[in-house]
Amino acid sequence: MAHGEAARGEAMRDDAGRQQWHDCREAWARTIEGLAEINPNIVVVVSDSVGSSKLGGFQKKFPDRTINVGIAEQTLVGVGAGLANGGKIPFVSAASCFLTGRALEQVKADVAYANVNVKLIGQSSGIAYGELGPTHHSIEDFAWLRPLDNLTIITPTDPWETAEAVTWAARHEGPVYIRLSRMPVPDLDIPNRTFRPGRAELVREGSDVAILACGTLVHLAVEAADQLALEGISARVLNFSTLAPFDGEAVLAAAKLGAIVTAEEAGVRGGLGGAVAEFTAETCPVPVERVGFPGFLPTGTIDYLFETFGLSRAGIADAARKAMARRAT
Amino acid sequence: MSLLNDTVARIREKAVWMRRHALKMVYDKQLGHLGGDFSATDILATLYFGVMRYDPVVPKMPDRDRFIMSKGHATGAFYSVLAGAGYFPEDWLATYMQPNSRLNGHPNRNYLAGIETNTGPLGHGMPVALGIAIAGKLSGLAYRTFVLTGDGELQEGSNWEAAMSAGNRHLSHLTMIVDRNRLQQGAGTEETNGLDPLDDKFRAFGWHVEMVDGHDIEALLAVLAAPVGDRTKPLCVIANTIKGKGVSFMENKAVWHHGVPSPAQYEQALKELV
Repeated sequence: MAHGEAARGEAMRDDAGRQQWHDCREAWARTIEGLAEINPNIVVVVSDSVGSSKLGGFQKKFPDRTINVGIAEQTLVGVGAGLANGGKIPFVSAASCFLTGRALEQVKADVAYANVNVKLIGQSSGIAYGELGPTHHSIEDFAWLRPLDNLTIITPTDPWETAEAVTWAARHEGPVYIRLSRMPVPDLDIPNRTFRPGRAELVREGSDVAILACGTLVHLAVEAADQLALEGISARVLNFSTLAPFDGEAVLAAAKLGAIVTAEEAGVRGGLGGAVAEFTAETCPVPVERVGFPGFLPTGTIDYLFETFGLSRAGIADAARKAMARRAT
Repeated sequence: MSLLNDTVARIREKAVWMRRHALKMVYDKQLGHLGGDFSATDILATLYFGVMRYDPVVPKMPDRDRFIMSKGHATGAFYSVLAGAGYFPEDWLATYMQPNSRLNGHPNRNYLAGIETNTGPLGHGMPVALGIAIAGKLSGLAYRTFVLTGDGELQEGSNWEAAMSAGNRHLSHLTMIVDRNRLQQGAGTEETNGLDPLDDKFRAFGWHVEMVDGHDIEALLAVLAAPVGDRTKPLCVIANTIKGKGVSFMENKAVWHHGVPSPAQYEQALKELV
């Protein structure tokens, strides 16, 4: 059984009935290696984070294009900006908590405000480090990156979207933050998908309540929708993988259902839930229930923390019922 | 010899022109950082009019020499040198910090040609310069990267992260210049959080160190314009300077970090800056 599987629902099964779980870092590593084969300007910048970024293979193939600045996140991000100035396409990869927290001012001034072509790859985001605690959790990153102009923020939900996001980032001229998890996730079951940055992706149509989720929470939102369906509640599920620029149109449409739930592996203050609450309060007031973490978390395994704080099929379904109960009649 | 004399004379002339502009900009706006503008002026003038290869008509030329103004608050000097170098018209200087001006209190690369990176918060220039130098090496381009830091600024740890990495990488085409005026915003550097022996610190980090009088144009030219040659280490030039250099009542006074001249002081300063 994959780590965290019990608490976080059922994955898709292959033909033999086995559950398929993926670590999105594998897709990231495969994709960046492939892109680097084609584009000699692509480099990776790490802060002693080759292993945690799954870049061992990349380093073997492109030793000169693997720039390791040591344990020095401020320099990590500044060097990224300098490499972009020199015509490179730097993918700056480190644990999200340090990449966005320790180097926040470099992300703000050197990357976002300067609007340079740097790709920030946040590894092991959310609470992937589990019992290592709040110093290593990255649940505040949405809140402190979301206000930064120019910075696109993408949280892929599965290997396919990870590969698409990384490929798009390499082509896109401008700063991007891609928030990756190391937690096993299933493939999202949507036929003929097209990656559209800046647009929420319709996963499941529904008419009673809308669940807006990102990253590791999307498959749980689908399972919650399944559960709600048994009660006769029709839930729309959106994969809200791009947090910035914000897809207000999708939220407006969701608000028309009269009840919204947000779900993210992040703090509810300032993250996806915060963004949706801000937007709806000004544009289309509607009950919003936010599923996510309240703040610094107690010691616990990933499973324990997901379960305790309602980042689960049951927790999301509860939030949907609550939002619907608050709906104006 | 006469060619050198001509260059030195031209740089001196430009430095006077820059100081007069910086003075006027800060006086008109009643805001700015004249002390640091004046300590850095001769260094900037030497770089732009005697050392660096650049073309203001093609500001993004891939093999241009790069300059990073890490002490981003010294925009009186920085904008003056950019205007003097031809990156934008001289009369734009009059818009310094006016509403919606391209000449913000701190430099923005998206507002003006010739600015490589946005600075203002201290300790940001070195890592970016390091990245530029690494890119040059990877691309096989022989451009040089110059970064000017304040001395008080070296209390920021990010400088030392980058210095360590640059030394380890033997980035010979990277040159940092420390504007060693020995004063920071509130007091002397040594009484605040002492930096000496600064030369030993950089040597220990794998740098080749030169100490010069930061107002002696010939001395600055000798260390900055010298070809990289077979030097294998990054170059740290500790330029001993005087905060407020050129205006008698401003020199070596911390209060002129962001002091603003009165009308009488402005007239007096103009008389001295010739």
